[in-house]
Amino acid sequence: MSRRRIRAIVRKEIRTYRRTGSIVWAMAVIPFVFVVQPLISVFSLSSQAAMQLSHRHELLYMLAIPALVPVLLASYAVVGERQDGTLEPVLTTPISREELVLGKALAVFVPSIAVAYLVFGVFLAVVALFAHPGVSSAIIRGPDVLVQVIFTPLIAGWSIWLGIAISTRVNDVRVAQQLSVLAALPTVALTTLISLNVIHPSPQLAIALGVVLLIGNRLGWRFVSSLFDRERLIASVR
Amino acid sequence: MSGTSRAALSVDGLGKRFGDRIAFENLTFEIDYGEVFGFLGPNGAGKTTTVRTLGTLIAPTSGSATVAGIPLAPENGVEIRQRIAIMPETPGLYSRLSVAENLECFADLYEVPDPPARIERALRAVNLTDRANDPCGTLSKGLRQRVALARALLSEPEVLFLDEPTAGLDPAASREVHELISTLGQSGVTIFLTTHRLEEAERLCDRVAILNTTLQTIGRPEELRDRLFAKALTVRTAAALSDPDHVLGGQPGVEGWRQDGDGTYVVSVADAAAAAPAITRALVAAGADVLTIAESHHTLEDVYLELIDQDREVSPA
Repeated sequence: MSRRRIRAIVRKEIRTYRRTGSIVWAMAVIPFVFVVQPLISVFSLSSQAAMQLSHRHELLYMLAIPALVPVLLASYAVVGERQDGTLEPVLTTPISREELVLGKALAVFVPSIAVAYLVFGVFLAVVALFAHPGVSSAIIRGPDVLVQVIFTPLIAGWSIWLGIAISTRVNDVRVAQQLSVLAALPTVALTTLISLNVIHPSPQLAIALGVVLLIGNRLGWRFVSSLFDRERLIASVR
Repeated sequence: MSGTSRAALSVDGLGKRFGDRIAFENLTFEIDYGEVFGFLGPNGAGKTTTVRTLGTLIAPTSGSATVAGIPLAPENGVEIRQRIAIMPETPGLYSRLSVAENLECFADLYEVPDPPARIERALRAVNLTDRANDPCGTLSKGLRQRVALARALLSEPEVLFLDEPTAGLDPAASREVHELISTLGQSGVTIFLTTHRLEEAERLCDRVAILNTTLQTIGRPEELRDRLFAKALTVRTAAALSDPDHVLGGQPGVEGWRQDGDGTYVVSVADAAAAAPAITRALVAAGADVLTIAESHHTLEDVYLELIDQDREVSPA
């Protein structure tokens, strides 16, 4: 495993993201959508509504951001390069498929996490500063903040492996993006149901989900690497 | 050159099938270190698949090969790719990155020591130092091809595969790429050049192979001409000869002749230099006004077309 080769892929990908307007927009629009709705609902509440909020977990609603932003980026990772004709030169170098897949995943992980934490931080700051004190204390609860901080990278990692796995197997960028969003929907549904208290969050549930995601992320790298078939990707044997 | 075997490339009975479709089969040849080897063939002949197979991107279905001294096997893929470089038909550059950024990425993928110096050297080799900071998306096709060549040179490969390096280039850009390949060949890099531009192969290659799914022939361009076509003299006279068989047929060293238009004769000979003076004397003695007498020159294109036609006749589609 060569750190230098992995770093080369990460740097190249991040430079490309920064210079691609559509990617920057996608990374901005999704968080915007998922932060505006909670903010509107928070600011429309009076201090009497704090009791009502105590049964919900508004913060966890924003876990949809690490579920959706990375899956969109990751879905482009392989099939996009294939369509642009830039994959073959990379595959002619000594890079192994594990290094390439890990490099691509890290390149998605870093900006996705940065965006998710940034939006989360902005949301917390705005609520703390401008919402009714009763409302802000009902929303900003220690366990929810902790869950958000811990689960953001775990969910992002899971979404990345889903996106890259799909990107490795399909032959069209649009198909990859559509399938990836579909694949991320169960995660979004789960976090939304938890945030609305339909599924009651508990320490046991958090630990169980955390362990599942940790194992999923660990296996995801190996599984996606095994899907990465140079011959199929190059010779277009479908 | 650090290869453990004498040949830079040694291929024995190599073949690749995609299901029922044969990409190429039964390839056997050797290429020495420092040789510029041309791999010719029509579209769909299996040239690119051969390069991809030798470059470890595709697994062969039969036969064996040694690339840069290392047996071609899945477990040796990384080691082989460290010693070779492939320039695919399409440059495949990151259009949003600059020339230098593209090269920097590949310098790290090859883990070359002192990347800035290598990048500088590669850019100098393709005369692109002044365009290092230009985004690749803004470059012309010819310049992009040069960047791709610079990228292939970064790792100082033992074997350099160039897949149709001048495809789609205008004559001026093609000539620049030819000059670069020629310079590389002179510097001792082993070059495996696939092309269907025959003048390109004739000009650049020490030896050529002609492929049409199977190997049709292999050798130096002049050897192939001699092997396929009898030596001949083309004689042009001001007027048609009244008795050409008497004048031409009876001369020593003449194996046959045929008329090729009014006053033009193609005379098959064993040794052109020995036969030409006798034929000239016979023509003058017969009162013919000789305009020209010259050795017939067959190009590599003649060889190529002859072999491909023969192959079509043997195995009609």
